[in-house]
Amino acid sequence: MTAKTTIYLDNSATTEIHPKVKDAILPYLEDLYGNPSSLHAKGQEAKKAVKTARKQVANLIDADEDEIIFTGSGTESNNLALKGIASKNKNRKNHIITTKIEHKSILNSARWLEREGFKVTYLDVDENGTVNLEQLKKEIRPETILVSVMFANNEMGTIQPIKEIGELLKDKDIYFHTDAVQAIGKQPIDTKGLNIDLLTLSGHKIHAPKGIGALYIKKGTEIDPLIHGGGQEQDLRSGTENVPGIVGLGKAAEIAKDNLESNIDHLRLLGDKLEKEIFKNIPDLILNGHPDNRIPGNVNISFKYVEGESIMLMLDCEGICVSTGSACTSKSLKPSYVLDAMGKEIVYMHGSIRFSIGTFNTEEEIDTVIQKLPKIIKDLRTLSPLYNEKEFKKK
Amino acid sequence: MYSEKVMENFKHPKNQGEIKDADGVGEVGNPVCGDIMKITIKIKDNKIEDIKFKTFGCAAAIATSSMITELAKGKTLEEAKNITQKDVSDSLDGLPPIKEHCSNLASEGLNKAIDNYKMKKKE
Repeated sequence: MTAKTTIYLDNSATTEIHPKVKDAILPYLEDLYGNPSSLHAKGQEAKKAVKTARKQVANLIDADEDEIIFTGSGTESNNLALKGIASKNKNRKNHIITTKIEHKSILNSARWLEREGFKVTYLDVDENGTVNLEQLKKEIRPETILVSVMFANNEMGTIQPIKEIGELLKDKDIYFHTDAVQAIGKQPIDTKGLNIDLLTLSGHKIHAPKGIGALYIKKGTEIDPLIHGGGQEQDLRSGTENVPGIVGLGKAAEIAKDNLESNIDHLRLLGDKLEKEIFKNIPDLILNGHPDNRIPGNVNISFKYVEGESIMLMLDCEGICVSTGSACTSKSLKPSYVLDAMGKEIVYMHGSIRFSIGTFNTEEEIDTVIQKLPKIIKDLRTLSPLYNEKEFKKK
Repeated sequence: MYSEKVMENFKHPKNQGEIKDADGVGEVGNPVCGDIMKITIKIKDNKIEDIKFKTFGCAAAIATSSMITELAKGKTLEEAKNITQKDVSDSLDGLPPIKEHCSNLASEGLNKAIDNYKMKKKE
């Protein structure tokens, strides 16, 4: 049974393509099919479009045009940042610092680098999901090449002390990378002011299509490519450019930049209302993530005594799309490593639901969720042996 | 991901709740793995006269619990003991491979409830 209307509150997973982004892309799926490397008119049209898009992306993060490399995804950008910097410096130094709550594209790149002989330190986070700056200071060694700390976490939205880390590393011979996939369009990001050397962003989280990402690489930063070939993207990402994707990302970046303040206000208003009303209407729950210092519109709540996948599917039956950190939806059958790193109780880890609000959500939609959720939780709790017999869990 | 039957049993589970003066109780699973099932049975003339469940878990865990109560109701204890994990899974038109353990948990829960009844009877 498919619900007639969908209330999409999973914008941290992906977003709807903006109509203006679609309009910008369409000509590049039709007449403007040139290869930017071709010297003829058809190629030059495409080359111009890529240049415009690069400028648009650079503007969003206060960078220069030639500091933007287009890639195939946020994952690829993260791989390029970690492996590219590690490879370039391998004869000099061998240590990388990151955190326990990074996206898998960072964590699994770091693990691969460990197998290649690099040393990696994974920083802890506190109960709000914030990294400890003191621990970072202690872990810095003469061999440290790179520090990679995400701007905001994808599950519970906590914003990391990026400015402080940038300050700390500014005068050191250590690169600073941040995965800003979840923060772009929801936070002002000024790469220069924040002393960031490399920054990852992705198109489909900001209303551009899937299959397009970018990596900001500060001028003067030496890095090895992962993909070798015809030398596109300053020899750092060979392969004929994904012109429609690049144009889409450029347009999406422009829209994000022009509407940054109003978008933040919109997401915050809806997110705060959702959070406040859920806490008012439903007992026995906790907020995951920092109480205030989170990306706006990210509301991650653990409902005690019930399991996340069940909540998610019940909401889905009502046409409401959310996601869960529950073990039952992961391939490994392990609950969220992010909530685990934050030291959450196991019963809470299984019952986490992430509502991630986007630009196109309305207050009416939030009201519908607020209205439908209490019954779903109540029904599932009635079914739960943990709810009435709280002593069972102690056994 | 789930069959229609799984979703139907998840959304409208049968025999949910707990028999207060149960003849047998079976509790399986643990909070760490994320599935906990509690099955209570009432026995009359060697048959399962009534059966109820409470489950903390995903849709598959809830659907398999509901299905095992349906399959076991009215059966003799011997027949009920012979209900396999596969019977539960087949009655739901199959489960995703990663969720097969849920049907195992359901048959385990029922078995435990029956064993509990037999043990109590001996006392």
